[in-house]
Amino acid sequence: MRRRWLAGLGIVLLVAVLAVLSFGLWARRPAIAQTAVPAPASFDHATIRQGARLVAAGYCIECHTAAGGQSYAGGYPVPTPFGTIYGSNITPDPTTGIGHWSEPAFVRAMRQGIARDGSHLYPAFPYTHFTRISNGDARAIYAYLMTLPPVRDRVPPPQLPFPLNVRPVMAGWNLLFFHEGRFKPKPDRSAQWNRGAYLAGGLGHCAACHSPRNIFGAENRREAYDGGQSEGWSAPALGRHSPAPLPWTKDELATYLSNGFVPTHGLAMGPMAGVTRQLAKLPPADVRAIATFVASLAPAPSADAAVAAAAAARAAYHVTTATAVAGRGPAKTGAAIFAGACASCHFEGGDQPFYRPVRLGLSSVVNEPDARDFVHIVMAGIQPPSGAAGRWMPPFGVALTDRQITLLAQYVRSHFSGKPGWTGIARAVSDARKEPGS
Amino acid sequence: MITLHVNGQDHAVEGDPATPLLYVLRNDLRLNGAKFGCGLGQCGACTVVVDDEPIFSCQVPISVLAGRRVTTLEGLGTEKEPGPLQKAFIAAQAAQCGYCIPGMIMRAHALLKRNATPSDDDIRRWMQPNLCRCGTHPRILDAIRTAAGRVS
Repeated sequence: MRRRWLAGLGIVLLVAVLAVLSFGLWARRPAIAQTAVPAPASFDHATIRQGARLVAAGYCIECHTAAGGQSYAGGYPVPTPFGTIYGSNITPDPTTGIGHWSEPAFVRAMRQGIARDGSHLYPAFPYTHFTRISNGDARAIYAYLMTLPPVRDRVPPPQLPFPLNVRPVMAGWNLLFFHEGRFKPKPDRSAQWNRGAYLAGGLGHCAACHSPRNIFGAENRREAYDGGQSEGWSAPALGRHSPAPLPWTKDELATYLSNGFVPTHGLAMGPMAGVTRQLAKLPPADVRAIATFVASLAPAPSADAAVAAAAAARAAYHVTTATAVAGRGPAKTGAAIFAGACASCHFEGGDQPFYRPVRLGLSSVVNEPDARDFVHIVMAGIQPPSGAAGRWMPPFGVALTDRQITLLAQYVRSHFSGKPGWTGIARAVSDARKEPGS
Repeated sequence: MITLHVNGQDHAVEGDPATPLLYVLRNDLRLNGAKFGCGLGQCGACTVVVDDEPIFSCQVPISVLAGRRVTTLEGLGTEKEPGPLQKAFIAAQAAQCGYCIPGMIMRAHALLKRNATPSDDDIRRWMQPNLCRCGTHPRILDAIRTAAGRVS
């Protein structure tokens, strides 16, 4: 009896070992031979310039540059639900960057998520989107990166638990969730729309943040652009579920994407702030193309939607302090905090002349289903990057207690938005307190 | 009525709960160290310390301060006996017009409470929200270095 039990165990173990080995073999990808670091003069200027624009369209610098670090030298921590992954060094340094990567090795990484040495990259690097870009564009990006100043800077390894720290496991993930393939234009759409779809869906990887993800961290394709999250911020829905009280127009989108602010919706914050700083470098025609594509995600305007928008606009322009300070108890406390801490710039939720903030009734942050962006902004304020000009709001995380921030959030939501009250505000506040720098 | 705890003393304050702390400090308590600069939380002239953290007192209503410790410039020393940070600002002659200096001193006070030996980089980063239109920043930096016990 005992011997049969042992034999059974042996067979199970053998099958398990064979399964792991064959998975390992199947998951293996060949290395591509190292090449000498190409001389910058080997690339022509027009290609390098094209690459620079494309790298701005993909805002690569955002995840490939650490705070205070050198551009493209990597080390930026990308928080994921599974652990932290650090943006890699994509300067042409031969030992810590991609100096020894040949053009085919680089193109494969963009297209398939496979590093030069054959190891699997994690999809925090959005090869799931970059796979759509054209050969010419991939080569131009390579030319641009290879002419950057090389920076010797080793990036920390990903902080991931077993089994995710075993890179070949990503072959299984790719099998389930990765669809390789170039962008195919839609012949029934305009050239401008197709250009926008190519940029937004490929290098722009908008859906990476603006879509919900499943438990494996893969984008839910059926709910593409229905809203997601990034680095603790909400990435609002872009299409049918957009929280914006006024439907976005193509012009507003183009302004927002390249200026980071539009008075009818608000200011780009969180990771989107950096995105807009990069998109500002694109030719205006490309920004308009992206705007055209994003605008097309929303359903055609209906009579009901127009009525709702008109009501939202009326409400946003006619809030009064008299109604705002009415009420008792917690509502009164929230109103008093608003009057003392917020109203000098956001009087009656309006666009006071000093800084012309977004009207709170129109703000996407105030109208989103989730309170966390509001909480982030109240606690940390708004500061432009060090040395740059930009909009500014003082931080209130120090002056206000968790309870006071919660009451303020409830007050602002109920007085300036027509949407149902937020749930989970206290949780959002305590989460934000745990973040470094708060 | 709200009880404010300022520089170690309790003060019963009547007034609209939305009143900014700065108004009460200057008008009711006659503590005129903190200045009204922009009134929008942009310049830092009104900076005081609440529970060891610097805040813009023009943007903090008194209703949120029950049970919290407020420290103003007057809490650091007197004209006859200035505190170490005040002495360092005088020694460095860090004031030109002087309007920003009470806020600067209070922000620096909060820095030294949490980090007794800040580097120049720490000081620059920490002091960034407070503006000085005269441009005495090198002397302000000098004063904070001196107060932190570093030879300048």
